[in-house]
Amino acid sequence: MSAPVPFWRAALLSLALLAALLLGWEMAVKSGASSGPTVDPELAALLSPEAARGGQTAMPAPSQIGARLVELLADPFHQRGTNDQGIGIQIAYSLWRVAAGFGLAMLIAIPLGFVIGMSPLLNAALNPFIQVLRPVSPLAWMPLALYTIKDSSISSIFVIFICSVWPMLLNTAFGVASVRKEWLNVARTLQAGTWRTAFRVILPAAAPTILTGMRISIGIAWLVIVAAEMLVGGTGIGYWVWNQWNNLSIADIVIAILMIGLVGLALDRLLGLVARAVAWAE
Amino acid sequence: MDASLVQASSKLVSVEGIARKFPGLTVFEDVWFHVAPGEFVCLVGHSGCGKTTILNILAGLDTPSEGAVLVGGREIEGPSLDRAVIFQGHALMPWLTAAENVAFAVSCRHRDWPKHRVQDAARAALKRVGLDAAADRKPAQLSGGMKQRVGIARALAIEPKLMLMDEPFSALDALTRGSLQEEVSRLVTEAGQTAFMITHDVDEAILLADRILLMTNGPRARIAEVVVNTLPRPRERANLHHMTGYHPLRDHIMDFLITRSRTLAGNPPPGYDPRNPPTVRPAG
Repeated sequence: MSAPVPFWRAALLSLALLAALLLGWEMAVKSGASSGPTVDPELAALLSPEAARGGQTAMPAPSQIGARLVELLADPFHQRGTNDQGIGIQIAYSLWRVAAGFGLAMLIAIPLGFVIGMSPLLNAALNPFIQVLRPVSPLAWMPLALYTIKDSSISSIFVIFICSVWPMLLNTAFGVASVRKEWLNVARTLQAGTWRTAFRVILPAAAPTILTGMRISIGIAWLVIVAAEMLVGGTGIGYWVWNQWNNLSIADIVIAILMIGLVGLALDRLLGLVARAVAWAE
Repeated sequence: MDASLVQASSKLVSVEGIARKFPGLTVFEDVWFHVAPGEFVCLVGHSGCGKTTILNILAGLDTPSEGAVLVGGREIEGPSLDRAVIFQGHALMPWLTAAENVAFAVSCRHRDWPKHRVQDAARAALKRVGLDAAADRKPAQLSGGMKQRVGIARALAIEPKLMLMDEPFSALDALTRGSLQEEVSRLVTEAGQTAFMITHDVDEAILLADRILLMTNGPRARIAEVVVNTLPRPRERANLHHMTGYHPLRDHIMDFLITRSRTLAGNPPPGYDPRNPPTVRPAG
C-alpha cells in the first residue's frame, strides 16, 4: 500500500468529478434534441414549453434543478392543502415512520435476540421461522398489513418494522452467542447473577455486533419507506416522488433522490457515532 | 491414622476422589489432596492430564464425574466469591478500564456498598499491584504483564478464602513473568492468602509453593507424589538457585516430568494409596 492520500486531494478530485458530471449533463441537455432522445410531442407538451418546441429534452438541466432546489428549500415546511406540502414536511413524515417502525423492531428484536443467543434450544427452534421470513420482501407484507391493520400509515410502519427486525434479531443473537466464555466465567466466579451478567457483561460485549445489525436495519428501512409510501400514498418522501412523477416534474424527482440519499447518509452516520461509542478494542 | 486426623482439622480445601471420565476415556481418577489455610499449593504436570479441569472443578465452573470437593467442610455447589480465579488469559473486559474491571468484582462482593466506596476499594487493590497510575486505562492500552496485574488485583479485591490460578504467567515474556511471580509471592505472603496454582514452570512452583503436587500423564492421571518445599521463605528469584536444597528439589521434579510422569501413567507402583500419595522432601 502507498502512503495515505491527503484529504484535500481526495476532496479536490471529488469536486472536479462533480463539476465534470454537472457540466456534461448541462451541455447534453442544452445541446438539444439533435443529441438527446426525441420526446413524444404530447409528453413534451406536458413537460415544458421548451420541450414542446423541440429545443430541449424532457430532462432538466442541473441549473434548472438547482434553481428549483433553492425554491423548494426556501420554504420546506409549508402546508397548502394535502397535495402541496413542503419537502421538509414530507421527509419528516418518512422519518417519523422509519423511527416508529425501527424503534418497535428494536424493542422486539434486541430482547428476543438476547434470549435466542443465550439459549441454543430456542436458537434451533426459531431458526427455521427466521430463515423463511427473512428473505421475504417487506413490501410483500403490505397487502396483508393493509387488510389486517386497515390504516395505511400504520401499515407502512409495520412494513418498516418487519424489514428492520431481521438484521437486528440475527446480529443480537449472534453477538450474544459469541460472547467470550472467559468473561462469562469471570461473571460466574463473581456470582454476578443473571441480570448483572446480562447488562454488565453480555450487553457491552455484544453491543458492537448489535449496532452493526441496527445500521443494516436502518439502511434497509430507509430504502423500503420510499417504496412503501409510493404504494400507500398520502404523505412522505416516497409519496412525494410519485406525486412529482404524476406532475411530470423531473427536476423535483432528481431533488428527491438527492434528499433521500443525504438523509440516508445522515441516518447511517448517526448510528455510526453510536457504534463508535460502544466499540471496544482488545 | 492420628496424623490424618490432625490433618483433617486443618483443611480449607479437601479434594476427595475426583475423576473426569468420558465414555471410553478416563482423563484422571482417584485424585485426593487438600490445601491447608494459608498454604500455597502448586499442581505440576504435562498438558492433557486434566490440570485445568481440576482447577475449574475447584472454582465451581465444572463438576467432576466422581468424587467431591469440600471447602470449609462443605461440598461446593458451583462458583463462589470465596474462591477467586486468576485466569490464564487475564479475562479482563475490554470495554471497562482497569479500575472498572476491579470495581465490577468489588460491586459483586459488596452489593450494598455505595459507588464511591466500591471505587476506592478498586483503586486500593490496583495500588497493591502497583498499577494505580494506569487505573483509568482500558486493557487495550496495557501491556500483557499489566493486564495480568489487573487480573490479580481483581481477585485480591474480593478477599477470597482461596485464590485459584491457572498458569497465570504462561502467556508473558520471561522478564515480566519473573517480576510478577515475585509480586504474587509477596502479596500472598503478606495476606496469608491460601492459594492453589497450576503451572508447568518448575522454578515458578519452587519459588511460590509450600507443597508441589506432581501429576502423572493422562489418561488415568493421578497425583503420583507430593513434594514438600522446605526451602525457607522469603524466597527470591535472584538467589533461589543458590539456596541449599534447591538443586535436589529441582532435579527431583525435572526427573518426574521427564520420565516418571510417563512411566507411572495409569500404572501406579505397588503399595500406592491414592488418598495418601507418597510425600517426599528432596530439599532435605
